[in-house]
Amino acid sequence: MSLLPKPSEITPPAVYAQRRLWLQSMAAGGAGAALTAWGQRSAFAAMPPVVRPGVLAPLPAQRSDVAGALVTDPLTPYRDVSTYNNFYEFGTRKEDPAKHAHRMPTRPWTVQVDGLVHKPQTFDIEDLMRLSPMQERIYRMRCVEGWSMVIPWLGYSLSALVSAVQPMGSAKYVEFYTLANPEVMPGLRSRVLQWPYVEGLRLDEATHPLTLLSFGLYGEVLPNANGAPVRLVVPWKYGFKSGKSIVRIRFVEQQPRTSWNVSAPHEYGFFSNVNPKVAHPRWSQASERRIGQGGLTTRRQPTLMFNGYAEQVAHLYAGMDLKRFY
Amino acid sequence: MALMMIRGLLWIAPGTPAAMYWFWALQDALGPNPVEALLRALGEWSLIGLCLTLSVSPVVKILRKPKWMLWRRRLGLWTFAYVLQHLAVYVVFEMPGFTLVVNDVLQRPFIAVGFVSALILAALAVTSYQRARIHMGPQRWQRLHQGVYVAAALAMLHFYWMRTGKNDFTDVWLFGLWLAALLLWRVVRARG
Repeated sequence: MSLLPKPSEITPPAVYAQRRLWLQSMAAGGAGAALTAWGQRSAFAAMPPVVRPGVLAPLPAQRSDVAGALVTDPLTPYRDVSTYNNFYEFGTRKEDPAKHAHRMPTRPWTVQVDGLVHKPQTFDIEDLMRLSPMQERIYRMRCVEGWSMVIPWLGYSLSALVSAVQPMGSAKYVEFYTLANPEVMPGLRSRVLQWPYVEGLRLDEATHPLTLLSFGLYGEVLPNANGAPVRLVVPWKYGFKSGKSIVRIRFVEQQPRTSWNVSAPHEYGFFSNVNPKVAHPRWSQASERRIGQGGLTTRRQPTLMFNGYAEQVAHLYAGMDLKRFY
Repeated sequence: MALMMIRGLLWIAPGTPAAMYWFWALQDALGPNPVEALLRALGEWSLIGLCLTLSVSPVVKILRKPKWMLWRRRLGLWTFAYVLQHLAVYVVFEMPGFTLVVNDVLQRPFIAVGFVSALILAALAVTSYQRARIHMGPQRWQRLHQGVYVAAALAMLHFYWMRTGKNDFTDVWLFGLWLAALLLWRVVRARG
């Protein structure tokens, strides 16, 4: 019999860190607040593990301890997550990505990181996956069209990559470029959007701990339809802000000209934060249909400010008129 | 007896697509967003019904099959049945409640356009039987029922407006060309 502890007996670093935090805050006298935090922590600990669908390669990860990273809403089934989404490079219908994306090769894959950084570099996808420990995060995903999902993503905070390339003082924004390969992406023939698809964030948004560089979901690597092998997930913004199948990340000084903003500037702003009070010119954003929650008779549910992440991100927009900067 | 059976089957045949969709809905086999799937299917079948109904009279005249004229009212009523189901899915499942509907219509004018189109079709449906025609007088009845083109135009606007979100107009073109061809045929005939 070995004297070494089994992997299952080792306290995960996240739990360990939280215990330290709890002891510290007890020492600081904030017992009430600490108990609330402790209660939330046990709720997360009690959350059942995400069941792998067994479709793609497993991607081991630890549950994230980032504040707000584990919502307790019921998960959207894997089948719905992987067969109902928008990825216009493969067509504009929701079933198109699942139908066509399997033709996209995801190896070899590199991500060029350049622009206003001290250490520009081109990462091989395998190296990028090893840059920081994989975490599991359960985020709400709200599409600008009025539907939403709850998805267990795998990845790490984009801030890890940002600090690896050391942005210059002049870098104010980050641009994300999606692959544009007409041989495997039939949607590129359509002129709905400018290709390649460009998305962007302000630097402080990009380095917010909730902003996730994702490589997987449901315990496995990303399905191609969902943006394999690497994508962005910004849970407090409408889904289209989270670029898929990223090939280039560029640090710039000027606000990026993002694809949807260029295509319809009065409908899709640069920020595109989830906001039930600011309607899309053609429809209300006050409610949403949660995918995978029952059948016909399930009602729409109210949309939350910043998609429910106000506590974590509202300070980023303090003093801004969100009707003007939509 | 066999003939009556066949006639009966022909009568209910146009209800098949709707029956299939409702069956799938009950089985929860309409995919991740069943309300959207049902709403869109019933809407598209309403448009197909409208195009088919309007095609009856040209087909009858070109092929000289006067007996087939019976199908115009039959398909027209079936089309209205599809429109009613489309509307019902919207009101019952998508926006249940008067204030929800009102707010949604204010936000999305294309829905109001759909409502008006449905209202016109309702007027045609309730005056579709023979006694109404006699009661109204053939000329007034004819004029009212030419309103089907207004309803079709509004339905197309409703469909086009909905599709602007995706910039995907393939189906819009298909239905649009079909209806335009029918209208052109009638105009040319009326002149010639």
